[in-house]
Amino acid sequence: MSTTGVPAPAPPTGPSAGLQRHRVSGGLLDPKQLLRSFPDALRKLDPRTMVHNPVMFVVEVGAVLTTLSAIKTPSVFAWVITAWLWLTSVFANLAEAVAEGRGKAQAETLRRTKTTTMARRLAGWQPGTADAVEEEVPGAGLRLGDHVVVEAGQIIPGDGDVVEGVASVDESAITGESAPVIRESGGDRSAVTGGTKVLSDRIIVKITSKPGETFIDRMIALVEGAARQKTPNEIALNILLASLTIVFLIAVVTLQPFALFARAEQSLVVLVALVVALIPTTIGALLSAIGIAGNVLAMSGRAVEAAGDVNTLLLDKTGTITLGNRQAAAFLPVEGVTTEELADASQLSSIADETPEGRSIVVLAKQQYALRGRSEGELAQAEFVPFTAQSRMSGVDLEDLREVRSLRKGAATAVMRWVRDNGGHPTADVGHLVDGISASGGTPLVVGEVIRPPDAQAAARVLGVIHLKDVVKEGMHERFDELRRMGIKTVMITGDNPLTARAIAQEAGVDDFLAEATPEDKMALIRREQQGGKLVAMTGDGTNDAPALAQADVGVAMNTGTSAAKEAGNMVDLDSNPTKLIEVVEIGKQLLITRGALTTFSIANDVAKYFAIIPAMFAGVYPGLDKLNIMRLHSPTSAISSAIAFNALIIVALIPLALRGVRYRPSSAAKLLSRNIWMYGLGGLILPFLGIKLLDLVIQFIPGLR
Amino acid sequence: MNDTFAGWLQVLVLVVALALSFRPLGDYMAHILTTTRHLWAERLIYKAGGVHGDADQKWSVYLRSVLAFSLVSVLFLYAFLRLQNHLLLSVGMQAVPPDQSFNTAASFVTNTNWQSYSGESAIGHLVQMAGLAVQNFVSAAMGIAVVAALVRGFTRKKTDQLGNFWVDLTRIVVRLLLPVSLVFAIVLVAAGTVQNFHGVNDIITISGGHQRLTGGPVASQEAIKEFGTNGGGLYNANSAHPFESPNAFTNLIEIYLLLVISFSLPRTFGKMVGDHRQGYAIVAVMALIWAASVAIVTANELHSVSSAAGHAAGGMMEGKEARFGIWSSALFAVSTTLTSCGAVNSFHDSYTPGGGGMTIFNMMLGEIAPGGTGSGLYGILILAIVAVFVAGLMVGRTPEYLGKKLRGQEMKYASLYILTTPAVVLTGAGLAMAFPDERAAMLNSGPHGFSEVLYAFTSAANNNGSAFAGLSVNTVWYNTTLGLAMIVGRFLPMVFVLALAGSLAQQQPVPVTAGTLPTHRPQFVGLLTGVVLIVVGLTYFPALALGPVAESLEGLR
Repeated sequence: MSTTGVPAPAPPTGPSAGLQRHRVSGGLLDPKQLLRSFPDALRKLDPRTMVHNPVMFVVEVGAVLTTLSAIKTPSVFAWVITAWLWLTSVFANLAEAVAEGRGKAQAETLRRTKTTTMARRLAGWQPGTADAVEEEVPGAGLRLGDHVVVEAGQIIPGDGDVVEGVASVDESAITGESAPVIRESGGDRSAVTGGTKVLSDRIIVKITSKPGETFIDRMIALVEGAARQKTPNEIALNILLASLTIVFLIAVVTLQPFALFARAEQSLVVLVALVVALIPTTIGALLSAIGIAGNVLAMSGRAVEAAGDVNTLLLDKTGTITLGNRQAAAFLPVEGVTTEELADASQLSSIADETPEGRSIVVLAKQQYALRGRSEGELAQAEFVPFTAQSRMSGVDLEDLREVRSLRKGAATAVMRWVRDNGGHPTADVGHLVDGISASGGTPLVVGEVIRPPDAQAAARVLGVIHLKDVVKEGMHERFDELRRMGIKTVMITGDNPLTARAIAQEAGVDDFLAEATPEDKMALIRREQQGGKLVAMTGDGTNDAPALAQADVGVAMNTGTSAAKEAGNMVDLDSNPTKLIEVVEIGKQLLITRGALTTFSIANDVAKYFAIIPAMFAGVYPGLDKLNIMRLHSPTSAISSAIAFNALIIVALIPLALRGVRYRPSSAAKLLSRNIWMYGLGGLILPFLGIKLLDLVIQFIPGLR
Repeated sequence: MNDTFAGWLQVLVLVVALALSFRPLGDYMAHILTTTRHLWAERLIYKAGGVHGDADQKWSVYLRSVLAFSLVSVLFLYAFLRLQNHLLLSVGMQAVPPDQSFNTAASFVTNTNWQSYSGESAIGHLVQMAGLAVQNFVSAAMGIAVVAALVRGFTRKKTDQLGNFWVDLTRIVVRLLLPVSLVFAIVLVAAGTVQNFHGVNDIITISGGHQRLTGGPVASQEAIKEFGTNGGGLYNANSAHPFESPNAFTNLIEIYLLLVISFSLPRTFGKMVGDHRQGYAIVAVMALIWAASVAIVTANELHSVSSAAGHAAGGMMEGKEARFGIWSSALFAVSTTLTSCGAVNSFHDSYTPGGGGMTIFNMMLGEIAPGGTGSGLYGILILAIVAVFVAGLMVGRTPEYLGKKLRGQEMKYASLYILTTPAVVLTGAGLAMAFPDERAAMLNSGPHGFSEVLYAFTSAANNNGSAFAGLSVNTVWYNTTLGLAMIVGRFLPMVFVLALAGSLAQQQPVPVTAGTLPTHRPQFVGLLTGVVLIVVGLTYFPALALGPVAESLEGLR
């Protein structure tokens, strides 16, 4: 490592750790959850609920018809079919109930935090005054613009912005993340959410939401599904499914006259069984259970679908593409100075420098040159010169008996001037080093030194240059390559100058960058992309991001962001991890793929069911049709029962898949399609042949079922 | 030259001829449908009709024009048929009864050309030329006009303008159908097809018997009958009649004519959407299904013959003309049932169960491989939309085809389209089988009899017009229900196609990226073929099982 002279980037920490090969997936399904949701599933048999799902409504009507028929002319076969049909309806409801049950549990936790909060309202509070009257009111009684005071140990009574003070807040009620976060007045970290708990200090919060419309209220509504509307694509898919259902209904209803002509009249039970086997019950039952997994709260399903369609991702450089701060990457000495000398000087000048850049210099010196960290106390006669905006450098003056050694480290122009002021002449290669670093997108820090014996003049000199650079997170390059293969363009947004931006963009492998970006530039970029029909996604947390968040098709606001940003976005990332944007795209795609895969599977299933049911119905009159009984099922009744049983059981078997989503590997559309067609198309064709045959091996032994 | 060699040769000649026509004809049609220039003859027509040649129409206005024009056509033709005995050149034909007049009017206006009459003994020359032949031109042109509107829905953005129906109709007739039909009428006359105004001639045959032969303007009808995928011949025997198609050469010409527009339209489509590969993918699906069907029917007719006579003849020759033989008959039968033509040179009723069943299945595919003029292309584009919708989801995007999103509205129209024809076919056949009188119209009993009824409604609702033969359809009930089936099967889908076009045209297209489902690759060709077969297969399998499937499996027992 040391041979290259460039240290390996520090392992990513914090939010970025989750980035490593992390793939979207939901939780596993707990079998107990199925049991718990069972009563809900039964309740949903109410026809008024079922009618919203045309496919399953047909199944329920069929179940009622077979029940009546079985009562009128009882037979084992009629009752077996009836039982399976009711089970089919219940299983379908179970899928939905499990999906909703998950949300309900979350909502319950949320509601508990909300109910009993008392607020300490400050009547007539003005900034800077301390003598406002404090009164106790229930949290629900707070109005827009009220000011409340919250102290350590208390629950914040409503959504708002901190207007005075700084505090650490436990937001685990919303994010599930137990590490406290800092909230302070002013800036982009001022937003607090009702129901979260202040752990330390005291803040004054200005309430920004009306009672009943707080963030928590909306979250409860969303996770409970109360506000869940069908998304546009769900509606389109439902239309297709409904029309398939109608086609199959007609096909079966008109079959009876044909059958009569063939002298093979069919019983109602058999006809209902055929309809249920043919209509797309698998996807019809599971469609509503296919939801989003991940700690992202979408304000609308439309946003999730749009996420799958995104063409352009706007990614903030800091925190998303690079680790938050610039880090020292190399010591570049001038002629006549060894690297060790420069490293030593750099380290000395940075001991008291608490900025991340300063820390990284100490770390680099230690890693590369084994210079152990020295503490401030160790250097007895040291006087530290702090960084100021005016001097734009920091350093140390070391005094011993013989001489005073002054070290300065800072912006190139500032340090060079300091050297000249102290009688030195920076050599030309300093300029070359500085330019080289700048051109590569890094930031040069020049280190200067002057050693002054007592009562003597000495010339200052430049020892060398420290190369500070943005460190691109590990794995980002591969990630952007994947996105490119998926047809998604990535644009890095940064406040850096174009030179720096270009270098980082190249290193990270993004397609494009927007340097020295102002909110107006961002807005213009989004508009430009959208004009060509492209969909744009971005993250943001500041108030000045709000217009762009609103303009973007997918605007993911950080939960730590201002309320203006959260209002403007159509998704909120509860983990406040800007890298989530990439995951959000994958979640959107996974959701759509799951729908398509289950639809394909459902339709492909019909082929096998025909091969089970048609010979069972008509081989009696046209013995040639028995050739279609390629599964060699035991008897007509057993064949039909097996087909219907398979139809019901496959729903339960696929509930986990629907909740979790199908496995998704980023690749081009053509490859994805091939993979999914083989898996769900061909699988859907073959699997039921096996399943029905296996069920037939068991079902034929039901006593009384000929 | 033995039969097999001749058979392969004519397939080869046909495919080469179609392939050679693909580009020039496709490009020419695209030119007709997109150019802004009017011919003087067209300007004259617009002036006479009070049409604004440069004014585009919204989808609803376009549709209204289609429907109004068709309504007037039906009424005019009905009156014509009812009054033909009072008109010139009736060559002694009587007025056609009301139910049959309705059926015939509906049949020709809908490009079906189902004939519950025998041409030579029911329809006079004037009605043939000024009534039926006119519809042969305009009904074919109407199909192309409607698909032009649909393609414009894909190509245009943020507009409600889909072109002008009257302009499209006029141009297609004036610049395409009339000149080409004229040329081929002359070719057919040269090759031996009849063209005269003779009445009924009594002829004494070699064996001394009497035969009544009616002459007529046959060649001029014959060209547009095939070119416009109409199929209604002057004679009951249709293209099996030597006056219509005297020899193998005219037979091949007719097959070429009935396929050429529909097989070239994908080129027009590709050109109009600015990506020829899209057209190639569509034509590949059409060609694949057509080729498979030709292979299946030919093989069935040659080999799955159970009778001793069949074995002696080297195949199922019953119902086929000896001068065409099995290969030409099978080729014609497949081509005519896969287009909405419906002309026949042999009788599908007499085919082997497998071959005859295939002709039914061909029609059930919805006339898409390559289908009727225009209707074939819009039919397959609707199925492409369904395929793209499901497959598009599987690539993780909300589905889009040619840059247009397939949202609820688009899927509503596409779903209604694919719902319409099966509903008409199955309901019609179901009713026919439920009534004892209508059942009695069958020639055969058992599954074959059922196939006759199924064939009739499939043929009518899909606007094919060919008859299985065997079923006596000239009854008030069949004339009325089949007439209605033809009208519903023609115009309801057009309503949905135009509404879909209107909805697509209003969209802003989305750009194509690597994440977009590619719709020009072999992968998509396979996918679309699969969707076509599965959607149709699942819909009709129970009905087919009781007809041709039962029959052919019975034969194998």
